[in-house]
Amino acid sequence: MTVHAEPRRETVNRLGLWLFFCSEFFLFAALFAARFYLAGPYHAKVNQPLGLAITLVLLVSGFTAYRAEAGIRRGDRSAFLRNLLVTILLGLVFLAGVGVEWATAEFAPSSIFGTAFFTMTGVHASHVLSGVVAFALAYRLGLRGHFSAERHWGVEALVKYWYLIDVVWVFFFPVLYLVRA
Amino acid sequence: MVTRAVEQQSHGGPWTAFLPLVRGLVWAMIGFAVGAALTAVVRIAGGRSAWTFGLSFSVGYVFALLGWLLGVGMWERWGREWFGRPTVEEGPTDWRRYLAFTTDHKVIGIQYLATFVVVFLLAGLLAMLIRIQYLTPGGTVLDNATYNRVMSMHGILMIAVAVAIFVGSFGNYLLPIMIGARDVAFPRLNALSYWLVPPVAILLFVSQAFGGWDSGWTAYAPLSVRNAPGQILFCLAIITFGLSSIVGGLNFLVTIITMRAHGMTWGRLPIFVWSIFATSWIALLFTQFFAAAMLMVLLDRIAGTSFFAASNGGSAILYQHVFWFYSHPAVYIFIMPALGVTLEVLSHFSRKPLFAYRWAVGGFLGILAMSALVWVHHMFVTGVPYKLEAPFLITTEIISIPTGLIFLTALGTIWQGRLWLRVPMLFALAEVFNFLIGGITGIFLADVPTDAMLHNSYWVVAHFHYTIMGGEIFALMAAIYYWFPKMTGRMYSERVGRLHFALMFIAFNGTFLPMFWAGVHGMNRRIATYVPSLQGVNDLISAMGFLLGISFLFFVANMAYSLVRGRKAVANPWGARTLEWQTSSPPPVENFLVPPVVTGHPYDYGVPGAAPYAAFAPAGGSGEASS
Ligand SMILES: [Cu+2]
Repeated sequence: MTVHAEPRRETVNRLGLWLFFCSEFFLFAALFAARFYLAGPYHAKVNQPLGLAITLVLLVSGFTAYRAEAGIRRGDRSAFLRNLLVTILLGLVFLAGVGVEWATAEFAPSSIFGTAFFTMTGVHASHVLSGVVAFALAYRLGLRGHFSAERHWGVEALVKYWYLIDVVWVFFFPVLYLVRA
Repeated sequence: MVTRAVEQQSHGGPWTAFLPLVRGLVWAMIGFAVGAALTAVVRIAGGRSAWTFGLSFSVGYVFALLGWLLGVGMWERWGREWFGRPTVEEGPTDWRRYLAFTTDHKVIGIQYLATFVVVFLLAGLLAMLIRIQYLTPGGTVLDNATYNRVMSMHGILMIAVAVAIFVGSFGNYLLPIMIGARDVAFPRLNALSYWLVPPVAILLFVSQAFGGWDSGWTAYAPLSVRNAPGQILFCLAIITFGLSSIVGGLNFLVTIITMRAHGMTWGRLPIFVWSIFATSWIALLFTQFFAAAMLMVLLDRIAGTSFFAASNGGSAILYQHVFWFYSHPAVYIFIMPALGVTLEVLSHFSRKPLFAYRWAVGGFLGILAMSALVWVHHMFVTGVPYKLEAPFLITTEIISIPTGLIFLTALGTIWQGRLWLRVPMLFALAEVFNFLIGGITGIFLADVPTDAMLHNSYWVVAHFHYTIMGGEIFALMAAIYYWFPKMTGRMYSERVGRLHFALMFIAFNGTFLPMFWAGVHGMNRRIATYVPSLQGVNDLISAMGFLLGISFLFFVANMAYSLVRGRKAVANPWGARTLEWQTSSPPPVENFLVPPVVTGHPYDYGVPGAAPYAAFAPAGGSGEASS
C-alpha cells in the first residue's frame, strides 16, 4: 500500500471500526463455543415462534438502518430520521421480545441450557441496548441538524455496528432455537 | 461553568491539579448510587430484596465506571459531542496535565509508566512479604488464608504490570515518534484506555475489604465461584482492564497501519514497532476470552448460571479452556515488546545492522499466528482428554521455532559486534541470557511426562519468573535507561545504573535459579508452608530476594535524582538512527518540527554507502502529503 503521512480520517476510522468488530467476534465466539462445550447440540423447550418473530424484527431493523444511512448519504434528512426512528422502535420491540422470552422461559438459568441461553441472549441484548441508546443520541443530533451528505461518520459507524448485532444474532438464533440432538 | 473549571485548572494553585480526579470520584459515586438504585427498583418490582451484594455492586460499578470516566475529563473532551455541543480542547499544559484526561500520547505514555512502576514496586513488596513468610518452614507471619490473598494480589498486580507497562508506556510514548507520526490514530481512545486503569487498581485494593480473593491471578473455578465476595471485584477489575487493553491494541494497530511517515515502508519499520504490531493483535482479539471467563464467573455468582457448577452439568475445565485461550497468548503480550526492545538496543549498541531483520519480523508474526494453538499445555494434569495432550505438546514445541528465530537474531546481531556496554546494553544482554534459561526450562513443562511431575511445583514459579521478570522486566529496564534521556531530556547516572544492573542481575539469578532445585525437590507453589528439609535453599532464595528488592532502591534513586539534577541530554546521546533520536529531547508537542521522510533502513550501522534513515523536508514543502 502507499504510505501517507496524513491518511484520510474516514480510512482511519473505518479500519478502527472493523478491528473493533474483529475483537467483538472473539467475545461472541467464546460464548458460542461454551454453549456447545456445555450442552452439546441439546436445547430445552424454547418458544420458537417468538424466537422467529424477534429474529424477523431484528432483520427488518437492519434494513431500516441501511435505509437511514442511505438517506443521509444522499442528504435526505427526513428519510434518515424516519428510518432511524423505525430502527430504534424495532430495536425496542426486539428487546421487549427477549424480555418476554426471559419471563416465560420454562428452564432456569441454573440449568445447563439455561446458562448458555440466558448468557448468549443477555450479552447480545446488551449490545442491542447500547445500539438503541446510541441511535437515540444520533436521532436527537439529527433533529438538531447535525449530519449531512458529506459528514455522517457517526451514522455510518452505528449502522455498521447494528449490522454486526444482526449478524451475531443470525448465528445465535439457530444454535439456541433450532439445533437438536 | 465548564469553561470556568478549565480556566481554574490552568491558572489556579497546585491543588487544582486534583480537580479532575475528585470530580471523577464524585461522579463515580453518583453513578454507583444510580446503578444500585436501578437494581433495587427492578428487584423490588420482582418482589425481592432491594440489595444483594453481587448484583447491586456489579450494576452499580458499571455506572460508576461511566461516571468516573466522564468526570475525570471525558465529558469535556468527548461526551459533549454526543449531545451536539462543542468539546473543550484546552487543558492544563504544565505538570497538571499528568493528572488530567489528556490526549497527548507522550503524556499518556508517562502516565502509564509512572502508574505501573508504582504498581510494580508495590507488588514487589508483596513478594518480600512472601519471602518473610518463608523464613521458617512453618511460616507464622501470615496465616494460610492471608498468605493466599497476598500471593494472589502479588500475582495479579505483576500480571497487570506485565500486560500494560511496555505497550502502555513505550508503545504510547515512542511508537508514534518512531513511525514519524504526530500522535496515535485515536487520541481520545488512548486517553480512555489509560483512565480505565485507576478503577482497576481501586477495585483490587477495595476488594480486600470484602475478604479479598484467594484463587491466585488465574482465578480458577470452582474456587472463584465460592470464595469471598472480593472475587466479584476482581472479576469486574479484570473486565475493565481487558477493555483498556483491547482499546490500546486497536489504537496501535490503526496507528501503525495508517499513520506512518512518507517512506516508512513495512521493511523500514523499527523492530520494536513490529513487536508492538504483533502484540496488539493478541491484545485486540484474545483479551475478549479473559473478559468472557470473568463474565462467566460473575454470572455463576450473581445470576445463578451453572457454567462451572458440576452438580448442574457445568464444567470447571471450561473455565481453564476459556481462560488459557487468552492467558497463553498473553505471555506474548508480555514478551514480544520486550524482545523488540532487546533487538533494538542490541543493534544500536553493537554498532551493527540488526542481523536477519526479516527473519525477526517473521518470528514475531509466527508467534502471533501460533499463539492460539498451544493453550492446553497449561492443562495437561487437569483432566483434558488424553488425545489432546500430544497435539498440544507438539504445537508448544513448534512455537519455540519463531521464538528461536528472534533469539538467533539477537545472537547474530552481537556476533563480532563492537559492544558498547552502557546500562541499556547490559540489561539487553542479561535479557537474552535470562530468557534462554526461561526458554530451556519451559521445555520440561511443555512435555507431558515431565510436566506431570513438575506441575504446581516451584519449577513453574522459577520458569515463568525467568521469562517474565528475567525476560520482560530486564528488557523494561533496558528500555527505561535507553529512552530516559529522550523522555526527560536528562541523563541518568551511569555509575548508579551499573550498580543497579549488577545487583539486580546477581540477585535475580540468585533468587530464581535455586527455585528450580526447590521445585524438583518437592516444593509446592502457592502454599504457605514447606517441608523443613528445604529450609536451606529457601534461606538462600530469601536472602537473594531481599537483595533483589534492594537493587530497585538504586533504580528509584537514580531515576528520581536524575529527573531533577541529571545532566542535560542531547537529542541523540546514543548516536542511533531511528526517528525518535532525530528530534529534540524531550520531543516537541507534535514530535517533529518538520515532518520526516524516511529514506533508508533503521539499522544500517557501519554499512558503507548506506542512505541516511530520514530526511527532514521544510514544512509544507512537498505536495506529496495529499492523495
Ligand atoms: Cu502457555
